Amino acid sequence: MAEELARQLMKPSRPVGIAGYGAYVPRFRLPASEVARVWTGGDGALPIKEKAVPGPDEDVATMSIEAARNALSRADLDPTRIRAVWVGSESHPYAVKPTSTLVAEALGIVPHTLAADWQFACKAGTEAMQAAIGLVGSGMADYALAIGMDTAQGRPGDALEYTAGAGGAAYLLGPAEDALAVIEGSYSFVTDTPDFWRRQHAKYPEHGQRFTGEPAYFKHVTGAAQTYMELAGAKPADFDYVVLHQPNLKFPQRAAKLCGFTDAQIKTGLLVGEIGNTYAGCAMIGLSAVLDVAEPGNRILLVSFGSGAGSDAFGLRVTDRVRERQARAPKTRDYIARRTVIDYAVYARLREKLVLK
Amino acid sequence: MEISRHWRLRQQRYGLVGEVCPHCDAKIFPPRDVCPSCSGEAKTPYVFSGKGEVYSYTIVHDPPEGFEANAPYAVALVKLDEGPILTSQLTDVELAEVKIGQRVEMVTRKLREDGDERGMLVYGYKFRPTLATAGA
Repeated sequence: MAEELARQLMKPSRPVGIAGYGAYVPRFRLPASEVARVWTGGDGALPIKEKAVPGPDEDVATMSIEAARNALSRADLDPTRIRAVWVGSESHPYAVKPTSTLVAEALGIVPHTLAADWQFACKAGTEAMQAAIGLVGSGMADYALAIGMDTAQGRPGDALEYTAGAGGAAYLLGPAEDALAVIEGSYSFVTDTPDFWRRQHAKYPEHGQRFTGEPAYFKHVTGAAQTYMELAGAKPADFDYVVLHQPNLKFPQRAAKLCGFTDAQIKTGLLVGEIGNTYAGCAMIGLSAVLDVAEPGNRILLVSFGSGAGSDAFGLRVTDRVRERQARAPKTRDYIARRTVIDYAVYARLREKLVLK
Repeated sequence: MEISRHWRLRQQRYGLVGEVCPHCDAKIFPPRDVCPSCSGEAKTPYVFSGKGEVYSYTIVHDPPEGFEANAPYAVALVKLDEGPILTSQLTDVELAEVKIGQRVEMVTRKLREDGDERGMLVYGYKFRPTLATAGA
């Protein structure tokens, strides 16, 4: 049994780490109280304070480009050395035509590279990270870019409209000897669970109400976190920081408690109250906020969640390179601090909820 | 539909890729293969830093077709730190706060749809006020 379990911890044959990372959050903020004002007469508890809303000229492609530029600045790397550009999102601008080729072109990575878009609800970005670890870890490539970015959709008046935010982060995976944080191991936990979906051509997603909790979020997040720790021989207290997928404030706080993590461990990476749930970018931008302040030797646990459903867990150890690289690009908190509050009417215009023809 | 033109201009539009003159080191944007300073041949690609300042600007209230979603918006002459002046929309800025001499930086944004909602999306450079960072 022990041998069987040990085989499930994923570790590449050559050590891999994060050479650079970068965040992006658009500047507009819609307070949750505005959604309540319009749809419930202001009644009811609010799941977060406010969410980030993209400008009229922003989408997953433009936001990915800025996050990826920040990641490349931190790594100080010649972009032509990158062999994969993978963008995970559920808001790709085109139904057919990759976001990733546009990102690769804008960053000067083309033409000697892989490029593809990934789809797995909120864990599309961390799935791309797992694959990038494999690509670099096998020696097929020295550097691979994995991005999680979203401009999430919420039906007007739906519970998700309070939280469906915009933002994400880019990670440049590379050899451990050029890493600001080394990947100690990873693990994935997936089942077929119909908690949330959006059908082809549908504008807004559907969700299974309370079904999104126990059989979906909690089962997969705690399943991935606890199994990772068991396989890696780690205890909850071994981690300086823990970042969990955060669709609202309650879910990650409760999942952390179930796994034995403290509020202090999850605090730095818990951004949902200020920018909303950034879906495929959600866990990944939590990690970028942690890396912005992490110190050499710190251990970090990252656990994503994507509806459908599954979780990816990653253990990271921060290296001495983190300090100089933190300062080479804007930090996650710089983007969060840049905020322009809008009301529901401006939000309706920006998110194209008004029918003009 | 202008697919071939959008495609031809993608590097200068997405990444501010111009040229540098091998004879007099002048930085050239947009790329034109002939140096406007010394008239020599200049075909060496040069990636601009994207940093510059507002040289002059105007506010567009009555936009041309295809730009309605952004109106009202500012269009500026941006003087790049490397020398050239280009025309660009400003973004992520309150219109009352635009000033001549304001420091700006390039971002890649969606410019418009080519035609209706079935057409290709056109991306390119815009400039925004330099992002404030805690360290700066």
